[in-house]
Amino acid sequence: MRQIINFILRYKNFLLYLFLLIISLALTVQSHSYHRSKYFNSSNWLTGNIYETTSNITTYFGLGEENKKLVEENKRLRNLLFNQKKEDSMQLDTTNITYRVLASQVIKNSYSLPRNYITIKKGSADGIKPDMGVITANGILGIVENTSKNFATVQSILNTKSRINAKIKNTNHYGSLVWDTKDYNTVQLADVERLVPIKIGDTIVTGASSSIFPENIPIGIIKNFDLNNSQSSYSIDIKLFNNMAAVRSIYIIENVQREEIIELEAKTNNDSQ
Amino acid sequence: MIRNSYFINIIRFVLLILVQVLVFNKLNFFGYINPMVYILFLYWYPIKEKRQLFLLLSFLLGFLIDLFSDTVAIHAAATVTIAYLRPTIMRFCFGVNYEFQNFKLTNTTRAQQITFLTLLIIIHHLVFFTLEIFSFENTLLILQKVLTISIATLILCLLLSSLFSVKKE
Repeated sequence: MRQIINFILRYKNFLLYLFLLIISLALTVQSHSYHRSKYFNSSNWLTGNIYETTSNITTYFGLGEENKKLVEENKRLRNLLFNQKKEDSMQLDTTNITYRVLASQVIKNSYSLPRNYITIKKGSADGIKPDMGVITANGILGIVENTSKNFATVQSILNTKSRINAKIKNTNHYGSLVWDTKDYNTVQLADVERLVPIKIGDTIVTGASSSIFPENIPIGIIKNFDLNNSQSSYSIDIKLFNNMAAVRSIYIIENVQREEIIELEAKTNNDSQ
Repeated sequence: MIRNSYFINIIRFVLLILVQVLVFNKLNFFGYINPMVYILFLYWYPIKEKRQLFLLLSFLLGFLIDLFSDTVAIHAAATVTIAYLRPTIMRFCFGVNYEFQNFKLTNTTRAQQITFLTLLIIIHHLVFFTLEIFSFENTLLILQKVLTISIATLILCLLLSSLFSVKKE
């Protein structure tokens, strides 16, 4: 007994070090699996407020640029609206809406790590929930991962954990969007079969089999492509429409029917087992 | 005198975190170089203080940086490692001198100080990027990142430390 106490006393520094190291390693390894970093992220009160304060100050320097972008987007949307050839009895009944859109701002952006997260200014108090889609005027940005009362963290598409269903525009050839961590303006489309006809410059948009994003949200264009090692599918480099280093205004998309879809899928899975 | 040193360390702790997360984490030089200047806290921390407290403080420092940059606990692991190894590194750099009662960092030569800082930075970055990238397939990428970012961190740390150095009396 005495020897044990002596041992502990002699190696107390080493044991403390080991203890702290194991805590941090455990947290890190745990976070590599999906949705575990629930408490230790920048959506908490302290970090959220500090980021919000600094972003409130720095935003003033980019207001002109930001205004131009928004006017540009308004112009595009108005063009679409005026040239719509449908009957003019637009449905405004909220019960028929599938997607609800919320607007927010980025208060912290990162794009140089292998697993990047973006912190945004709205949280559970504004109706943000995990697994909502986040886009900008130009294209897709990521998926909400954690929320606190006033802030939320978004898993960027520049994250090795991110896998988003995407397709080649105007076709039904799907793949999943991944990132190889090399360049923050280029992502990869994996699992596209080699029989699919593709060429450089083709547009990539979100696919229909995701319950998070609506179909046909722009992602980017094909920069170059190659057959992968097994020669069975392509590995495609996609140049993003978004400038990931300068995102500011964002839209959060809520799929109102998502819960229904998930419930149904869970039920089907249970029944088939 | 003792109270004064506590005060300075607390100020340093807070300021280094803020400078790190609000300035240097957003630098993205060449797209990926973000120097980690908060290592200076471990470089400046008094030598004669209790080691347990030092380990705990380093863990806290790393963990707070992690919270801000959404990296869970990678900074914490790397920082705690160099905090534990610091006495060994100091013995390597300064020889037996450093165990004397009146040893001060300012009394050592410039070359010794730079070696000390460089070793702290390299070990920290090695642990950090190994954990961050987390696969042995990318050993080359890890080494490349350690090398480039260590150089950036070293330059900025030297600049900052000469800017805020205690004047010799």
